Amino acid sequence: MSRLGGLGHKLYAGEVSYDFVGRRRTWYIISAVILLVAIGALVFRGLNFGIEFRGGADFSLPNATCSVEDARSTAEEATGAQVIVTETASGTVRVQTEELTPAQSSDVAGILADACGIPKDEVKAQVVGPTWGAEISGKALQGLVIFLLLVTIFLSIYFEWRMALGALVALAHDLVITVGIYALTGLEVTPATVIGLLTILGYSLYDTVVVFDKVKENTRGITGQSVMTFGEAANLAINQMLVRSINTSVVALLPVVAIIVVGAGLLGAGTLLDLAVVLAIGMAAGTYSSIFIATPFLVTLKERSPEIKALQARVLARRKQGRVPTGAPTAAGAAADSEEPDGSSAPVSIDPSAAGSAPRNQPRRRPRSRRK
Amino acid sequence: MAPQPTSKPVRLLVALGVLIVGLAVWAFWPGTDSSVRLGLDLQGGTQVILKPTPVTEGAEITDEQLEQTVSIIRQRVDGLGVAEAEVTTQGSGDGAVIVVSVPGVNQDRVVDLVQRTALLDFRPVWGIYAPTPATAAEETAAPDASASPEASTEDGAEDAASEEAPADEPTPSPEATASAAAEGEAAPLVQADDNTPEFQEQVAALDCTDPLNYRGGRPDDPEKWLGTCDTTGTAKYNLQPAFIKGTNVTNANAVLPQNGVGWVVSLEFDGEGASALADASTELSALPECGTGASPCNAFAIVLDGVVTSAPRFNEPILGGSAQIEGNFTAQEARDLANVLKYGALPVTLEPVDITTVSPTVGNDQLRAGIIAGLLGLLLVAIYLIVYYRALGIVAVLSLAIAAAVLYLTFIVLSKAIGLTLTLAGVAGAIVAIGITADSFIVYFERIRDEIREGRTLRQACDSGWIRARRTLLAADFVSLLAAVVLYFLSVGSVRGFAFVLGLTTLIDVLIAFWFTHPLVVIMGRWSWMQRGSKLTGLDSGRLGGASLTGAVSKRSRRGSSTKEVSA
Repeated sequence: MSRLGGLGHKLYAGEVSYDFVGRRRTWYIISAVILLVAIGALVFRGLNFGIEFRGGADFSLPNATCSVEDARSTAEEATGAQVIVTETASGTVRVQTEELTPAQSSDVAGILADACGIPKDEVKAQVVGPTWGAEISGKALQGLVIFLLLVTIFLSIYFEWRMALGALVALAHDLVITVGIYALTGLEVTPATVIGLLTILGYSLYDTVVVFDKVKENTRGITGQSVMTFGEAANLAINQMLVRSINTSVVALLPVVAIIVVGAGLLGAGTLLDLAVVLAIGMAAGTYSSIFIATPFLVTLKERSPEIKALQARVLARRKQGRVPTGAPTAAGAAADSEEPDGSSAPVSIDPSAAGSAPRNQPRRRPRSRRK
Repeated sequence: MAPQPTSKPVRLLVALGVLIVGLAVWAFWPGTDSSVRLGLDLQGGTQVILKPTPVTEGAEITDEQLEQTVSIIRQRVDGLGVAEAEVTTQGSGDGAVIVVSVPGVNQDRVVDLVQRTALLDFRPVWGIYAPTPATAAEETAAPDASASPEASTEDGAEDAASEEAPADEPTPSPEATASAAAEGEAAPLVQADDNTPEFQEQVAALDCTDPLNYRGGRPDDPEKWLGTCDTTGTAKYNLQPAFIKGTNVTNANAVLPQNGVGWVVSLEFDGEGASALADASTELSALPECGTGASPCNAFAIVLDGVVTSAPRFNEPILGGSAQIEGNFTAQEARDLANVLKYGALPVTLEPVDITTVSPTVGNDQLRAGIIAGLLGLLLVAIYLIVYYRALGIVAVLSLAIAAAVLYLTFIVLSKAIGLTLTLAGVAGAIVAIGITADSFIVYFERIRDEIREGRTLRQACDSGWIRARRTLLAADFVSLLAAVVLYFLSVGSVRGFAFVLGLTTLIDVLIAFWFTHPLVVIMGRWSWMQRGSKLTGLDSGRLGGASLTGAVSKRSRRGSSTKEVSA
């Protein structure tokens, strides 16, 4: 723990720096591969939708004494159709059938309860029309679109449009990965899953906003100096927020893990467990993307804008002239080393005005510490 | 340069204390129910989600119609004597659904009852027959079946009485219902464009002793002829197309006339209904009585959901647009008929899209698991925070505890005030919120450390760190709140409960950060024990790279002298 604390200081001071921004191509490739797998799974395997989406009836028989086979034959006899029977670790037998009328459902519940030696009152039954799940998700999707629109406007005003775009890219990244894992593992998609995805959406954006706020702070007035490129300032921000990101992820994941443990141990399948599984995947992806995707992507976008290009040229020109004394931020220097092979900025011919501004003595100390 | 010191930390703490005490007093006010209302997934019970669709295609469902439907369903459910039944609407317009929640299981009756459509129209009677299927074409030979004509011509009271509460019908046992359903759905209503011989044959073949044919629940097309039964299965009717629709009824009341012998139901119609009534009553009152074999005859049927509720005759032409139905009604019967007339006219059919039954044991298990998971989650978070942040960690844990207390009290208060129910999705929302709430403190504490590293004293850092952290918190919480609000208003079902809790916890997070965490940290920052930077404060120099809490020695300018690059 205290090592993490000490690391916190070193990260803050720039003594230790992980080069998140400079190596962004690596992260992009890693994410692209994961995304491809996720999308491939989605296309080729599809999602396993729960009865809430397909329509049908679902009976849960806790502490059932009957075997899966007994339950299956009983239910098939009662409904005259194919049924799906599963048994969870906690001894709950779950029977899923085609859609039934309320009266039929009550009847089947009674028959199953008899067959499995439990009182009918213990049976948890659910009958869902085929349009209902589609409606829940349709509504959720509608909400999602409106929310994304509003949040884009908010982020564009509070930060700038590039940050809004970066946040959305990170969000899409998290959601696709989570949905992809559902496709890969064949976990059942229930309305709880939809809720979980929506939470991830909130969490992913929340996390990105916290990191971006630091980036914004570090890069305020960055075009007025020529010591640090935008990418370096952004990278420093990620590093300074790293301890917070780790702590927050641990703290956010602990309760979710608690749900998974308690849920799997006590309940078997259920809303809580469904939710916790989505959240665990999504929160992990969210933390990863706020560090490895959102900010690097922002830098990619930013480096296309003229002022930032000019800044980069200025900083590099200045470094070439060997004007960077040893006391200057080495985090910046270190990042620049990996920046140059990118080739995006190294051969830039020096803009006269930028070159002219370079020798002007900039404050050695980073202005951030002087600002409020 | 120096950030404004937080002026009155104590005042903020006192304000929060007052707020909590206020909430607690409201929550635990003697004589009121001070428990969190639990959703059915947590306490067991039956929940039916009904989707209303307009009978006329393309028509919009108005909020008013929705309200009326809810009030009908509520009446029906309350009529069953079920305690704490709850009927609510979610959404509006096309997306609206009605959620009926009834504690206790095996509420087949409830399911059956609430989905019954209430579609009302008034039809002139063509003929009234014995309930059994007639094999010959001489359908008019039935009038000797005395019970039905009497009821319809003289008073209609018995028939009306039978409708008063569908619950009073013998509720079929599950077995019976299931077997009936297994035999097949009730046949479609006997309807035709004209009173053709084929139609008459179909009417004659109709078996009104079969419960499937008199239980109702099959909305009829008011533009067509209808062959149907009364609600007790004691008479069969051949009815002409409707002359008044239920929507034309503007008011209906049970009244006890001053000089009368029994209760009557008074009816008022809108302009369209009044003129239709005038025409029909003039025409019908001139006809011979029903039961004499005449067709058509003097009676009009009040048809609810495809079955005849009552079939009174006209004593005279009714020209004023208001009428009275007389009969030997009891007060209850009159009221019920009036309610059918007043509210039974909704042009809405209800389709149950989701029926969930949860046994109380399973519900309790879920609640217990939710609570255990929540407590375990809180405990793990508390251990982590205290180990990592030491003294500040204790502040964080206290903050989480206070946030949990405020959330609990708010739940009780909202249960009382707006009937909030806590569902499993809500519990999950609250557990997830632990992480987001704790993040507020983490962001703040990391900021304090950053500020100290930059050479501020602890006292300064508590304030300047807050000013920076505050902005981040507000921006990030705003995003969460936005998600919660949008989802709450646009979603249905469990998503809604989840969004509500998420929004609530976000607000509480902001409240606690501003009114508890920050003031407390500021107060602690003034303690000399904290300023000495012991290991227990979590702000010892080892963690802060040698920065001092009192600002005496500042090493911040040494930054970069010993940098190593670590690749990630």
